[in-house]
Amino acid sequence: MTDTAPAIELKGISKAFGSVQANKDISIRVMPGTIHGIIGENGAGKSTLMSILYGFYKADRGEIFISGKKTEIPDSQAAIAAGIGMVFQHFKLVENFSVLENVILGVEEGMLLRPSLAKARKSLKSLAEEYELNVDPDALIKDLSVGHQQRVEILKALYRQAEILILDEPTGVLTPAEADHLFRILDNLRKEGKTIVLITHKLREVMEITDTVSVMRRGEMTATVKTADTDPEHLAEMMVGRKVLLRVDKKPATPGDVVLSVKELRVVDDSGVERVKGISFDIRKGEILGLAGVAGNGQSELMHLLGGIADGTGTITVNGAAIDLTGKQSDGQSRRARGIAHVPEDRQREGLIMDFAAWENLIFGYHRDPRWGAGPLMNNAAIITEAEAKMQRFDVRPPNPKQSAKNFSGGNQQKLVLAREIEQSPALFLVGQPTRGVDIGAIEFIHQEIIRLRDQGAAVLLVSVELEEILSMSDRIAVMFDGRIMGFRDPVATDEGELGLLMAGIDSQSADQSAGQAGATA
Amino acid sequence: MDFATLLQLLDATIRLGTPLLLACLAGLFSERAGIFDIGLEGKMLIAAFFSAAIAYMSGSVWLGLLAGILASMALSALHGLASITFRGNQLISGVAINFLAAGLTVLVAQSWFSQGGRTPSLIGQARFEPVTLPLAEALREVPVLGPIYYDLISGHTILVYFAFLCVPATWWILYRTRFGLRLRAVGENPAAVDTAGVSVIALRYSAVAICGLLCGVAGAYLATALQAGFVKDMSAGRGYIALAALIFSKWRPWYALFSTMLFGFLQALALRPDLIEKATGVKVQVQLLDALPYILTVIILAGFVGKAIPPRAGGEPYVKER
Repeated sequence: MTDTAPAIELKGISKAFGSVQANKDISIRVMPGTIHGIIGENGAGKSTLMSILYGFYKADRGEIFISGKKTEIPDSQAAIAAGIGMVFQHFKLVENFSVLENVILGVEEGMLLRPSLAKARKSLKSLAEEYELNVDPDALIKDLSVGHQQRVEILKALYRQAEILILDEPTGVLTPAEADHLFRILDNLRKEGKTIVLITHKLREVMEITDTVSVMRRGEMTATVKTADTDPEHLAEMMVGRKVLLRVDKKPATPGDVVLSVKELRVVDDSGVERVKGISFDIRKGEILGLAGVAGNGQSELMHLLGGIADGTGTITVNGAAIDLTGKQSDGQSRRARGIAHVPEDRQREGLIMDFAAWENLIFGYHRDPRWGAGPLMNNAAIITEAEAKMQRFDVRPPNPKQSAKNFSGGNQQKLVLAREIEQSPALFLVGQPTRGVDIGAIEFIHQEIIRLRDQGAAVLLVSVELEEILSMSDRIAVMFDGRIMGFRDPVATDEGELGLLMAGIDSQSADQSAGQAGATA
Repeated sequence: MDFATLLQLLDATIRLGTPLLLACLAGLFSERAGIFDIGLEGKMLIAAFFSAAIAYMSGSVWLGLLAGILASMALSALHGLASITFRGNQLISGVAINFLAAGLTVLVAQSWFSQGGRTPSLIGQARFEPVTLPLAEALREVPVLGPIYYDLISGHTILVYFAFLCVPATWWILYRTRFGLRLRAVGENPAAVDTAGVSVIALRYSAVAICGLLCGVAGAYLATALQAGFVKDMSAGRGYIALAALIFSKWRPWYALFSTMLFGFLQALALRPDLIEKATGVKVQVQLLDALPYILTVIILAGFVGKAIPPRAGGEPYVKER
């Protein structure tokens, strides 16, 4: 027993939603002045536990002690009073309010705003100097970058005198540079004696910044260890419950002829802004081109254009044949007929119809195939039998073709989309954010399937905001910034630092490697 | 058109624009808090009836006003219960309130007064009388400014002055007070308000209550100031016009003043087809003039007047998410 009381102590917390036991008898101690990581797969109960601590949910059983004192937290007001601040994964900011207005909301000094605003302005200035938390107090939230919006959330908590700060998946939306800055801020806060709880599924972050780490699996707290005494492989094993291969196991690529060649692609969005500004590249048979970049730099629009969802200009050729970019022959159906398969970035909105059953989702886009029926009639029995087989091959759980898509976990939803597209043996495979919101166990499987498709001779375009994924999967890397390709890199010869700079629009090498067209890699 | 006629026209604009202004500000409070309210019409109507009925029976217009406000706020509470507490569809709740008011007023009027669904005419203290502002008589002879003060500004009922004072008051409450900040926030992102430890439900109920109060005043104005008594369906679509004006004004108080007065002006014009004939030389059908405010409403709602961005969380019940 140490002589200082833990900043947070939870004893026997349980919480059920209907028949789902989200938290089972969880006990944890977080010492003051430390950064405590909580890791676990999606649905392991991390967010539920923290929502209980922040008064969003009431635990069915269990006790909460803050600095050694038993505390009831029925609502957020009580959590704030107990010195707890929370930075949610999806920020809770009013978009068309200024930074100051967001900071004072709920803790105004009196009936009138003016004195509160003046006080917050002074306070923000000193907080900015103390913790490297600079933001323009008069800027509107909607005009700020995601990284700055996150700083506003941290400022909100500090302005409310929070001693305990909970961050839920804070780096998911940040560039590597922004993430580094965030970690510096967290380090400063730790030095000032604040207690930080970091919820994440990224093992690297846990190793980098935390003092202690707790692992959750299926609603239970399976282990709490000192970060210094563990390693990523061991943590992953505790999260998943079995040994996990963290490195992608793949042979060197053997690129063949050029499959996809695009020149001068441009996309203008609905509000008239050019989002893709003249992009050219090639992908060869049996090669994965990884497209890295911070979300919102034109990758989605490029994918939409290639997949036939959006119109644009430029030229696209697949195996030497030109493809229409506008008009009747430019839709997804025509693309599929050319052997282009597309796994959209937003699987819930573009990849699946959430209310439809798995077997229906497994033939969308290929439903005109004569195998599935003649004329207007569909052979449902054949489709369901085939769906079952696909679900077995792709290890979709549960392998029940009649369950609607929304009732599968994120990883299994993704496997449904992948099963549909990969089983067509496409010549060109477009895949966006294949492992976003997917568990470590499923990530391993998905990566293997993409590699297998490459080895069978498909050309693969992989778009991802996860640098680790880009580095481990790609045979060649292109970095996108502000609608343009900043440069091409060889994954063996580059690192996250260099890619991070490119993602921020900074080219460290004045002379580009000019690996743009495939010739340079041969 | 001479100066005196113009003053008459603007005077009518103010009289006809006032109920629109009150209803528009009522809608502004509700919608800024994220509760869409197409029940403005029904609330005005029920307030019109109860204010006229109670004013007639008690002989006091002030008791009538109070009764009108209470009736309107009761319907507001119903809307709040349906859309805030039980998270129902706000449009359907609003429509239901309009139907309820349209039927209830006539039914109760017939039962109480047996005059075919109307109240007896109000006289004397049972009606709001025009107020003559200080020095109006004395300054009447001053050229230009005198008539403007005497004819246009002076000589309205107290409710008109109340409505106009509501504009700066609403602006001040929205942008200068704690309540206003929270009200605007709850209409944009209730989750931000909730995580800041402020009750979303209490805020939305208070917004809906203010809406009921202002609709009550608007309805009482119709029956006890603009007219002398209640007649069937006397709100005549003013609640919907106020909604159009609210969109036109982009949910801002000062813009609301201008947009409701524009509608008031069109209604005033419809009363004076002779003026248009004199000015343009073309005889315009009265029916067409009568339809003008409604035509403008359709044009506004169809989005021909630029992009109006409603409060982001408008129309959506607040549910805590994981």
